[in-house]
Amino acid sequence: MPSELRLRVESGLGNGRVRVNIRRAMDHLVHKRAAAFPDAEEREGLRAQGEAIRAEALARLPELLETLERTCTGNGMRVHWAETAAEANRIALDILRAKGARTLIKGKSMVSEEMGLNAFLAAEGIEAVETDLGELILQLGGERPSHIIAPAIHKDRYEVAELFGRCFPELPYREDIEGLTAAARAVMRERFRAATAGLSGVNFAVAETGTLCLVENEGNGRLCTSAPDVHIAVMGIEKVIARLDQLPPLLTLLTRSATGQPVTTYVNLISGPRRAGERDGPSEVHLILLDNGRSRVYADPELRDTLRCIRCGACMNHCPIYARLGGHAYGTVYPGPIGSILEPQLQGLDRQGELAEASTLCGACAEACPVKIPIPKLLNRLRWEAVRPDPDAPTLAPGSRRRALPALGWWLWAWVYASPGRYRAISTLAGRLRWLAPRRLGAWTRSRTAPVPAPRPLSRLVEAEGFERE
Amino acid sequence: MPGAAELTVRRFDWGAEEQTARFSQALVAVQGQVIEVGADWPRRVADLLAERGAGRLAFGSEAELAAELTRGWPPDSPVRLVPWAEPIETGRDRLFGEIEAALTGCRGAIAETGSLILWPGRMEPRLLSLVPPIHLVLLDPREIRSTLHELLVEQAWSAGMPSNALLITGPSKSADIEQTLTYGVHGPKELIVLIRASSD
Amino acid sequence: MRPPTEVLFFGTCLIDLLFPQAGLSAMRLLREAGVRVIYPRGQTCCGQPAWNSGYREEARRVALTQLDALAGDRPVVVPSGSCAGMLRVHYPSLFAGTADEARAKALAGRVYELTEFLVRVLDWHPKDLGPPLRVAVHHSCSARRELGIADAAAALLRRLDQVEAVEPDHGSECCGFGGTFAIKQPELSAAMAGDKAEAIRSTGAQVLVSQDCGCLMNLGGTLARQGGGPRVRHIAELLWERTHAE
Repeated sequence: MPSELRLRVESGLGNGRVRVNIRRAMDHLVHKRAAAFPDAEEREGLRAQGEAIRAEALARLPELLETLERTCTGNGMRVHWAETAAEANRIALDILRAKGARTLIKGKSMVSEEMGLNAFLAAEGIEAVETDLGELILQLGGERPSHIIAPAIHKDRYEVAELFGRCFPELPYREDIEGLTAAARAVMRERFRAATAGLSGVNFAVAETGTLCLVENEGNGRLCTSAPDVHIAVMGIEKVIARLDQLPPLLTLLTRSATGQPVTTYVNLISGPRRAGERDGPSEVHLILLDNGRSRVYADPELRDTLRCIRCGACMNHCPIYARLGGHAYGTVYPGPIGSILEPQLQGLDRQGELAEASTLCGACAEACPVKIPIPKLLNRLRWEAVRPDPDAPTLAPGSRRRALPALGWWLWAWVYASPGRYRAISTLAGRLRWLAPRRLGAWTRSRTAPVPAPRPLSRLVEAEGFERE
Repeated sequence: MPGAAELTVRRFDWGAEEQTARFSQALVAVQGQVIEVGADWPRRVADLLAERGAGRLAFGSEAELAAELTRGWPPDSPVRLVPWAEPIETGRDRLFGEIEAALTGCRGAIAETGSLILWPGRMEPRLLSLVPPIHLVLLDPREIRSTLHELLVEQAWSAGMPSNALLITGPSKSADIEQTLTYGVHGPKELIVLIRASSD
Repeated sequence: MRPPTEVLFFGTCLIDLLFPQAGLSAMRLLREAGVRVIYPRGQTCCGQPAWNSGYREEARRVALTQLDALAGDRPVVVPSGSCAGMLRVHYPSLFAGTADEARAKALAGRVYELTEFLVRVLDWHPKDLGPPLRVAVHHSCSARRELGIADAAAALLRRLDQVEAVEPDHGSECCGFGGTFAIKQPELSAAMAGDKAEAIRSTGAQVLVSQDCGCLMNLGGTLARQGGGPRVRHIAELLWERTHAE
C-alpha cells in the first residue's frame, strides 16, 4: 500500500495549477540567484566563509548561547529557554497575558510555525495576526506555508484575488498584484497601529553584542518589532553566531541565495528595548530560545551540520522534487531538502524517515547551499539510521524503518554480489533466460519499457574481443 | 573572541566619486530615488513634497538637521513642518493618521548595495523612517563606505550597539504574489535620498 | 607525468547485464588510445544500491569483493559517473574505521570515470568519421556534481567535428532515476523522467548520450514507452561509432 507520503506526492503531482505556479517561481528564483553570484570565485569564497562561521558557531554552541543570554540580558532583554514547542508557547502566552494583549501581530517566523503558535493562542483566546503578505494570504485561506521564504508561492494572483474578495468584501475587487498588495497594506495598517504585542523570528543572533538580526522586504517585520509595546522574538538555538563582524558575509549569502537580492530592503538589528529618553520602540523585548530536538541533532558530529542552515530556501529552489510537488506534499513545517534531513531528526525516523528516501541524491541542494551543508551525505546517513539492525544513535529521535522482508532482500543481494562466482552464474543465467524477462516491472513500466538482459554479459564478451582478464 | 573564522574585511577600493555613483545606482535599482542637493536643500524638500501633495513633514525635533531644515524652509510652502518629539504612546494616532512624510539623517551608507544606515534613537524615533508613506534621508556622501563589513568595523559597532540599527535599501516591497515585485507594502512607498554636495 | 599504459576496467553490473555494448565500446576506445585494458574477473557491483538504501553492512560486503578485484596500483576506469563516484567518494566513508580503510582510500585515489580518463589523463582526440549529427547530452548528476567532470564528456563531444551537442532545457536537472528511488517513489521518478524526455525530444536531437547507463535506462525506457524520439547511446558507444563509421 502506498505510504502517506506517496499519497501526498500523487495529489501534489496531480495538481496542475500548483505545479505550474511552483515551477515558474522556482525557475525564477534559481535564475535570480545565479545572477546574484556573477563571479564563481567570489561565490565560493563567501560560501567557504559562511560554512566556517556557522561551523564555528556550532562548535561553540553552548558557550555562545550562554554569552548571548548574558549580552541580551545586559541589553535589557529577557531571555527564556524552551525545551519543547509546548514550553515556548506557554512562555509566549504568559508574556501576552501579563500585558493584557488580546492580539499578537506577527512577522514571518518559521519557528512559530514549528511551535504551532497561532492555533495554540487561538485556543487561549488570543488572536495571532500574520502580517507578511504571503503569510496573510495563507492565514486567510487556512493554509500552511509551502516554502520557507516565499510561503504562498503555490498560489497565483487569481486565487489571492478570490480570497481577498471573500475576506475583505468592503474593499474593491482587484486581480492585479499591485491592487492586491495595496489591499493588504490598507487592511494591515490599522492592525499595526493598534497592536500592543508583536512577534518575530530571528535570522541571526550575535552573541558578542546581544543583537538580534532580522531581514525582510515589506516593513511588516519592523512594524511588529517597533510599534507595539512588547516584542517577542522566537529563535531556534542554532541561530547564534559569535561576532558582529561575521554578520555581513552571512547576510549577503542569505539574501543572494534566497531571492537573488544583494540585500533586503530592511536589515533590522535589535539590541534591546527602548532606552531612556527614546520615544518609541517596545518597552519589553523577550527572546525565546527553542530547542525542540536541536540538542539531539547537535550531539552527533556528522548530523550537526544540519544546524548550519541559515534558512535561505535555496535548496528547495534548486530541488527537482520540490519543484514538482511544492512544500505541502512534504507534510512538515520545513519542506524540501533541508526539511528532509531536519524533520526526520526532529520528529523521528519512524514518522518522517521516508522523507530521506524521497530523493535521488542528485546533489543540486548541496551545490546551492550557502553554508555547504552536505545534504545528500546526511540523507544517506539517515537512511542508514532508519534500517540499521543495531539502532544505537542516541542523537536521533527514536524510530526504525527496518522491516524483515527488505532486510532479507538486501542480505540475499549481498550474498550474490559478494561472490564473483555466484554473480557470474546469475548474470549468465539471466542472459540465457532473457526471453523470460518480464515485460512489466511494477511501477517502473507504468511509464517506461522494461530493460531486458543482454544475451551475453560484458564479462563474457570481453574475452571474445581479445581483452585480457585477470 | 578567538575563532576559526577570522575574517579579512571585505571591502573595495572605490574612490569617493565611484562610491557615490555605485550607491546611487544600487539604490535606484530597487526603486529608491537619489537627488543631489546643495545648501538650499530644505527648499528642494518642500518642492518635492508639494509636488506629491503631502501636507505634513515630520522630523526629529532634536535631530542634527532640525535647525537647518526649519531655517531654510520656505515660509510660503503648503507643506507643514511637524517637529516630532512625542512619545509613541501619545503620538501613535497622529503618526499613523496624519503624517505623510518624514525626514531623517543617517549614519552612513553602503556603496555596494545602495543601503542607508540609520541608528534611530532619542533624536529620531524608529517609527519616523517606517510609518509615513514617504521617507526622505539626508546623506553626506563622505559617509559612504564600500561594504557593510567595512563600515561596521570602521565605526566599531561591536563596541556598543544602539537599541535599534537599520539598513534601509529602497522603499518597502514584496514579491509574495507570483514572485512579482511590488513596491510600497507596509513600510514607506517612497524613499528619497538627498545627497548633499560637499560645501567646499 | 607519463600517461599510464595499463588500466583495470570496472564494467559495472548494470552494463554487464543490460548494456554490454557500452562497456565493450569503452574498452575498445581505451585500447585504441594506446592503453592495455584488463578486465578483472572478480568484479561484480560497486555496492551503491545497498549504500544508498542504508544497508551499509551489505554494501561493505559487496564492496570488499571489489577491493580484492581491483587491488594493485593500476588506474581503474569506470564507464559510469555514479559507480565511479561510489568507488572514489563513498568507499572511504564506507570503510572508515575498518581494517580495509587504507585499501579503500588507495583505490579511491586510482579511480577515473571513462570520459574523465580519456580527456584529462590521455588527452585523447577522436577523429570524427561520421555524417553531421545532432546529439542531446544528459550529464548524470554524479558526473556533474559529485565528481565535477561533466566538462570531460562535453569536451569529447566538441572534439567530434560533425557532431553538434546540445543540452536540453533544465539540463542540469536530475532525470529522476536515483537507483532505488525509481522504485520507492515511482510517481515522482516518472514525472521527472517524463519532463526530461520531453525536453530531450524538443532539442530535435537524433541521439541522446550520457556517461551513465542508469540515466539512459530511465530515459530510454521513458522515450521508448512514449514512442519515437532519439536513439539512446552511452557516450562510449557514440564515440566508437563516430570514430569507426564506414
